Amino acid sequence: MSHVTSTSDGAFTPRPGAAPLSRMIRAQAALETRMLLRNGEQLLLTVVIPTLLLVLFSAVDIVDTGDGEAVDFLAPGVLALAVMSTAFTGQAIATGFERRYGVLKRLGATPLPRWALMTAKTCSVLVTEVLQIVLLTVIAFALGWSPQGNPFAVLLLLVLGTAAFSGLGLLMAGTLKAEVTLAAANLVFLLLLVGGGVIVPMEKFPGGVRAALELLPISALSDGLRDVLQHGAGMPWGDLGILAVWAVLGLGAAAKFFRWE
Amino acid sequence: MRSVFPGDTPEAPGRPAVEVRGLVKRYGPKTAVDGLDLSVARGGLTAVLGPNGAGKTTTIETCEGYRRPDAGTVRVLGLDPVADAAALRPRVGVMLQSGGVYAGARAEEMLRHVASLHAHPLDVPSLIDRLGLGSCGRTPYRRLSGGQQQRLALAMAVVGRPELVFLDEPTAGLDPQARHATWELVRELRTDGVTVVLTTHYMDEAEALADDVAIIDSGKVIAQGSPEELCRGGAENTLRFSGRPGLDLGSLLKALPAQSTAAELTPGTYRVGGRIDPQLLATVTTWCAQNGVMPDRIAVERHTLEDVFLELTGKELRA
Repeated sequence: MSHVTSTSDGAFTPRPGAAPLSRMIRAQAALETRMLLRNGEQLLLTVVIPTLLLVLFSAVDIVDTGDGEAVDFLAPGVLALAVMSTAFTGQAIATGFERRYGVLKRLGATPLPRWALMTAKTCSVLVTEVLQIVLLTVIAFALGWSPQGNPFAVLLLLVLGTAAFSGLGLLMAGTLKAEVTLAAANLVFLLLLVGGGVIVPMEKFPGGVRAALELLPISALSDGLRDVLQHGAGMPWGDLGILAVWAVLGLGAAAKFFRWE
Repeated sequence: MRSVFPGDTPEAPGRPAVEVRGLVKRYGPKTAVDGLDLSVARGGLTAVLGPNGAGKTTTIETCEGYRRPDAGTVRVLGLDPVADAAALRPRVGVMLQSGGVYAGARAEEMLRHVASLHAHPLDVPSLIDRLGLGSCGRTPYRRLSGGQQQRLALAMAVVGRPELVFLDEPTAGLDPQARHATWELVRELRTDGVTVVLTTHYMDEAEALADDVAIIDSGKVIAQGSPEELCRGGAENTLRFSGRPGLDLGSLLKALPAQSTAAELTPGTYRVGGRIDPQLLATVTTWCAQNGVMPDRIAVERHTLEDVFLELTGKELRA
């Protein structure tokens, strides 16, 4: 801050003005990220659970993961889980309580525009995801992971997955009570962890159930990442399409139904 | 939206900082604000005084752009709080009645953040010092005391150096020391040229701070003026004294001028109302002497805003 004044005589003399937008968004994103990294429950969800699943299921043969190294099957699934934990579960719970405690309301009275607040939230989600992905990638390599495929396809999947989960998370946070969001977001996380191809191969489910489960955003993301990283496929257009539809529906509904107070 | 104040430019000098005309706000079947008119002079300190549920917060939050009027118009610094929100936000400081801070944020961290959203913020450490928030240290917001949370909310409202601040019950729940620290800061804001609008249900707060008081009841302003103007109403004052219970007040009333009142409030405490002048005081003490009563704790009380409120509404302010 370059223009500061001590609170001595005349300190409160009005001198209003908004900070430059880029500075506001940076400050907001940094604050949101700090809040997330400081929250123990959030860290459990975004760091501890994905890491434990990756290590545990790679080291111990609990689930039949098909041919090849278990870690080659598990790493893409756990990356998908990491995206869901941050963009959906973590964001839904945090935003739900921000709404409940009047944080969104109060920020609405600052010079920070709402779209800039949402931009900052997205930046914070992306920063967290980068940290998660770096950590999980390092651990996966240590476990003998040998990924293949086009990095651009991976990036596209991660971005569309983030958009799809963010839309659904914000829809939940902006329409339900904070306590309901807390319970529902955790329940959905657990259900999708089991039924979304994260650690349990989709082949384990009967045909009809499997066809429905494959339309879920988590299944599209884990399946797409696995196609590329495990099997070296090109662009997984089907999965990208499913994620794009979820992103449009989720973000559209969130924009329409989100309540700030 | 067309201005309903033709011929006025938003920045016209002398134009009120806040103009509310015929404001109506309903929540379902409940009418929270019912045709309210309010004018706030630039550079002054206006207290919006009323009991809980009178419509104070709804009125303030409409001025802050949080609510759209169901009828009537609101202008803040000459602008529409909803349509011109982007232009107003940097210029207006807001203190909500509660909340507004991340549960895990520290006081200084949150204040620094709000400061960083403004172009010319106050120095955060001196503001922290000033409001006695230095002891909060690394404690997260959710574990601060109610008073500390209130003071942080106040600091957040002023850190951006606004022209106008809305403070919704800034001292509710504060201990006397913190309350006076808040009063000092609010007075200083006014001295430095900030227009202050605060809501309160403490009449002593309104009397101590405000240039102008708007008394609100059931969603309407029922009186507005300086505390002196409001309290002068009829120049009625009160004389209180204690004595033995059950005195015959009939003989006292005969000795007092017409239009005086006398009542035994609780056994042994008496109140005389009317134009209290030295002659009346002498009459009362003479009557006491004749009746062999030692008037204990005799006191002349000036008319307070509480009395004004009671007279206007027939209700106690702090119901």
